[in-house]
Amino acid sequence: MTLDAKIPQGPLAEKWSKHKFDLKLVNPANKRKYDIIIVGTGLAGASAAATLGELGYNVKAFCFQDSPRRAHSIAAQGGINAAKNYQNDGDSVFRLFYDTIKGGDYRAREANVHRLAEVSVNIIDQCVAQGVPFAREYGGLLDNRSFGGSQVSRTFYARGQTGQQLLLGAYSALNRQIHAGKVKMYTRHEMLDVVTIDGHAKGIVTRNMLTGAIDTHAGHAVLLCTGGYSNVFYLSTNAIGSNVTAAWRAHKRGAFFGNPCYTQIHPTCIPVTGDHQSKLTLMSESLRNDGRVWAPKTAEIAEQLRKGTLKADQVKEDDRDYFLERKYPAFGNLVPRDVASRNAKEMVEEGKGVGGSGFAVFLDFADAIKRLGEETVKAKYGNLFDMYYQITNENPYKQPMRIYPAVHYTMGGLWVDYNLSTTVPGLYALGECNFSDHGANRLGASALMQGLSDGYFVIPYTLGDYLAKIGPKKVDTNHPAFEKTKQDVIAHVNKLLSLKGTKTTNEYHRELGHIMWEYCGMARTEEGLKKAKGLIQALKADFWKNAIVTGENEEVNASLERAGRVADFIELGELMIDDALMRKESCGGHFRVESQTPDGEALRDDENFAFVAAWEFKGENQPEELHKEQLTFEAVHLSQRNYA
Amino acid sequence: MNLTLKVWRQKNAQTAGKFVSYKAENISPDMSFLEMLDVVNESLTHKGDEPINFDHDCREGICGMCSLYINGHPHGPKRGITTCQLHMRTFHDGETITIEPWRAEAFPIVKDLAVDRSAFDRIQQAGGYVSVNTGGVPDGNAIPIPKVIADEAFNSATCIGCGACVAACKNASAMLFVSAKITQLGLLPQGQPERYRRVQSMVAQMDEEGFGSCTNTGACEAECPKEIKLTNIARMNNDYFSAKLFREEEVHEQGH
Amino acid sequence: MSEFKQTLNSSLGKKLIMALTGLFLCTFLIVHVGGNLLLFNNDNGFSFNVYANFLTHFPPIEVIAYLLYLSILVHALYGLILTVKNRKARPVRYAVAAKSDASWSSKNMGLLGSIMFLFIVIHMGDFWFRYHNDKTMGFKEYRTDLATGETKVSDYTPANAEFSHSVSTENNVEVVRVKDLHARVAYSFSNIIYVIFYVIAMGAVAFHLLHGFQSAFRTLGWVHRKYTPVVYFIGTWLFAVIIPLLFAAMPVYYYYLSTQGAH
Repeated sequence: MTLDAKIPQGPLAEKWSKHKFDLKLVNPANKRKYDIIIVGTGLAGASAAATLGELGYNVKAFCFQDSPRRAHSIAAQGGINAAKNYQNDGDSVFRLFYDTIKGGDYRAREANVHRLAEVSVNIIDQCVAQGVPFAREYGGLLDNRSFGGSQVSRTFYARGQTGQQLLLGAYSALNRQIHAGKVKMYTRHEMLDVVTIDGHAKGIVTRNMLTGAIDTHAGHAVLLCTGGYSNVFYLSTNAIGSNVTAAWRAHKRGAFFGNPCYTQIHPTCIPVTGDHQSKLTLMSESLRNDGRVWAPKTAEIAEQLRKGTLKADQVKEDDRDYFLERKYPAFGNLVPRDVASRNAKEMVEEGKGVGGSGFAVFLDFADAIKRLGEETVKAKYGNLFDMYYQITNENPYKQPMRIYPAVHYTMGGLWVDYNLSTTVPGLYALGECNFSDHGANRLGASALMQGLSDGYFVIPYTLGDYLAKIGPKKVDTNHPAFEKTKQDVIAHVNKLLSLKGTKTTNEYHRELGHIMWEYCGMARTEEGLKKAKGLIQALKADFWKNAIVTGENEEVNASLERAGRVADFIELGELMIDDALMRKESCGGHFRVESQTPDGEALRDDENFAFVAAWEFKGENQPEELHKEQLTFEAVHLSQRNYA
Repeated sequence: MNLTLKVWRQKNAQTAGKFVSYKAENISPDMSFLEMLDVVNESLTHKGDEPINFDHDCREGICGMCSLYINGHPHGPKRGITTCQLHMRTFHDGETITIEPWRAEAFPIVKDLAVDRSAFDRIQQAGGYVSVNTGGVPDGNAIPIPKVIADEAFNSATCIGCGACVAACKNASAMLFVSAKITQLGLLPQGQPERYRRVQSMVAQMDEEGFGSCTNTGACEAECPKEIKLTNIARMNNDYFSAKLFREEEVHEQGH
Repeated sequence: MSEFKQTLNSSLGKKLIMALTGLFLCTFLIVHVGGNLLLFNNDNGFSFNVYANFLTHFPPIEVIAYLLYLSILVHALYGLILTVKNRKARPVRYAVAAKSDASWSSKNMGLLGSIMFLFIVIHMGDFWFRYHNDKTMGFKEYRTDLATGETKVSDYTPANAEFSHSVSTENNVEVVRVKDLHARVAYSFSNIIYVIFYVIAMGAVAFHLLHGFQSAFRTLGWVHRKYTPVVYFIGTWLFAVIIPLLFAAMPVYYYYLSTQGAH
């Protein structure tokens, strides 16, 4: 099978307009004859459900949480980019496009990224109209802040809770459609499989998490908006419930998985304190606007700091190494996330790490407080400072924060074409669930932009084209394919429930996380990855022998839910390692130690690796098959990223 | 730290529940409250017992999924945080901690400590939105909004829908939750066209769900993890009476 | 009309009724305490008895009086209805009592209201009911020399049972004959149990209004950054301190007089 990204012809800036005209339309009276299934209600899912409902389609939306408002988009803090150029500082659609392509280390599809930059401006308008209370200036106009990887201020924000406000906006639009009867909402339902008929996605199988009922749902198309898979690392900034199960089961039904090894490690997280830790807490990248990152100049001073014999604010200015400002004078503390993270890791490896564990560097606000006053700093970052204080019991107004990188976002995901269709016709992937727009590294404040772009402004057009082509013939769950898939799911659930071993699924998850972080984290080597592959295969075999799953299916059973998700994460982990092994170059968040510049920066190999890796599932315990979508660049010139 | 937990266990809404005592041993003061429960659950699982069921997700205080009525306080004794942000250093060694689910007629128990808060969703569905379709909206800067108004609207919009206000109120009233959305949209120019219709629909749905009435005790405000102010309720009242008693336009059940 | 019914039946509508009747009763308290201050006039009850007579015989006041009785009943009834409804909203109570930061009075409005209701029943039975129906209640005749302003008082026995009061002037002497409620007041307040009950009831009034007055404004939606503090100030000092103290001072003062044998 050859991959066809279906990128429209013509000049880059006109592709989307032209494509929108070329797409087939479904006439208004026919729209109500189509049923659309949407899984996940984060920014992408809620916005898609609301918009498709408004257009007249019958939508069924599913989420595993108790309310669509809980989706993890809610935790995004910093902001959302848009090429509005309200600040008159030289921003434009092309600059946003260019920054995103460059930030992604030239591993994203040009056409998709340009479309994203184009619709970014509409997203802000839409959200304002919904009543999202963005930050404003005294004149009443929208305020912007700057963010990593860009030299213009184009980030719109709502204090440190932008994701929450945007999601609640989308949630309110979704609620309006639920009230109007156009969207039927299924909460506490977990999607466990995709039903395909003649190669087309026609429905899903779900488990009702309250009663255990395994149900089938039919539709003309299935949209997966189920987020990313950072939790494969066990410790990440994702919510505990965030999982890969929906995407992974879809993968096993024929959807190719794109660039699974591209994971983003976020530089400003609160360091780990111990084994009990269940998740990591991110603090918005916006902190790097005013905070200065430093480590002690020598390992001796670091040692004193770790022991607590010296306090951070007592370290003399000359003994501090503001390593980002030193190495990247142009971007300073605002270098992209992968660069910042890797530099922090280097400091720790040189013995200059601080905090009890030594796995941390400082993020210092003393200068900002001196310059702006404590009140201004509080107004900008108050909630983040409070959060830091709650968790660490240290006052960041007095002592610099300790930060360390943590897994935060996965650029990889289900492979989709320009229309957001996976390799299974009728099965779409939106938002973080797909691989499409961020290449090998995502810029800050771009995830919210992509989720809403896909849901509000892309899928309503591209889905119509597919629906118009297949026609409105009713899809019925009486088709034998539904029963068959349902039986597969029941068998899988029963297999999990039969596990009465000695280790909890949580313990397996933690072990998987250790393997992934150690060998497939911020720096990856061929040797390490090969070792990790063996470890994961052994872990998988052990899981299916020794895991403990308590309770029964016909009740609320968190143990069962967890087991299914961990089992899928283990399989995904192996694919990530295969992908990381295959990609012998370094790019963005994927850093292969074998491929670096003399200064230790990621060194791409455009000749051999300027492609998207799309993996095809070939059966249980079979090696997956690699397909390549060659990336061609017309508008930008590939160069070594340089933020100095 | 070693602690004794008195935890409410209840298989589902149909069966009766009871308190069961558990020992939580070797708890680090740096753990969050939910991580402490994770530790207890791991040991229960090892013994083949059913782990304690509780709602949780983001574990950073924003999704609103976690709940728990801890020693007489929703989200525990500290102000302005959720249970997932509560750390064990707040408690002392040897303490007995009583953990109950939210108690309200409108929040039936799902299992153990988890309750069904879908009543909140239904209230939002009744009118907690601005009726604009995707596309065709004016430029984001077309309508200037005074910073103080935008900030005030944000303060109301920060509600995470956790239900602590209901849990804290002696009347199990949901008015802080409902009024926060009404106030947010009522303050912003975008919310004006539906302002008086919205307040009526949302209050009607709130009444239908079986929440109690507000007696302005301020317990909700004191326990709200996002510190949403009681003033929101007064604003809602004002809008409601204004809508009901002084507006002339026909009030009818809206289609959407 | 059905829309009004629906409004008043909503949870907010019921609160509106509580607030409006409550505030009306608050204004009444001001009038009541003002009038009753006449009890401190050391004039053998002359001004107080005249005032009592005026209140019961001036038609507009009579109308307001009946509105007042209605308000008391409606306020109590709706308080009861809301309490029952609020209890139903939490059928299973918490094992650990709530420790949230809410004032004691705000959490005990029902209890305070019940004490007050009991008080009102006794209070009205003792004074209002007797004043209107007790045929044995005596009359007083006040003869004021208009030249000197000197007032002489004596018991008066009306010629017929229908007599309520009269004012006449004979030879520069104004003669006022009215029912002697003042004697009843003095009699009642010479009983220590009665006095203690009154003082407790005024304590209940104080705490009830400490929360109730400002709460009514919140219910009506009248909050304002600038004026809400004024409401709090009035609610606290006037309604929760000054008025209950003045009311409580009356039985205490009369009890004190009775022990001094001044009558």
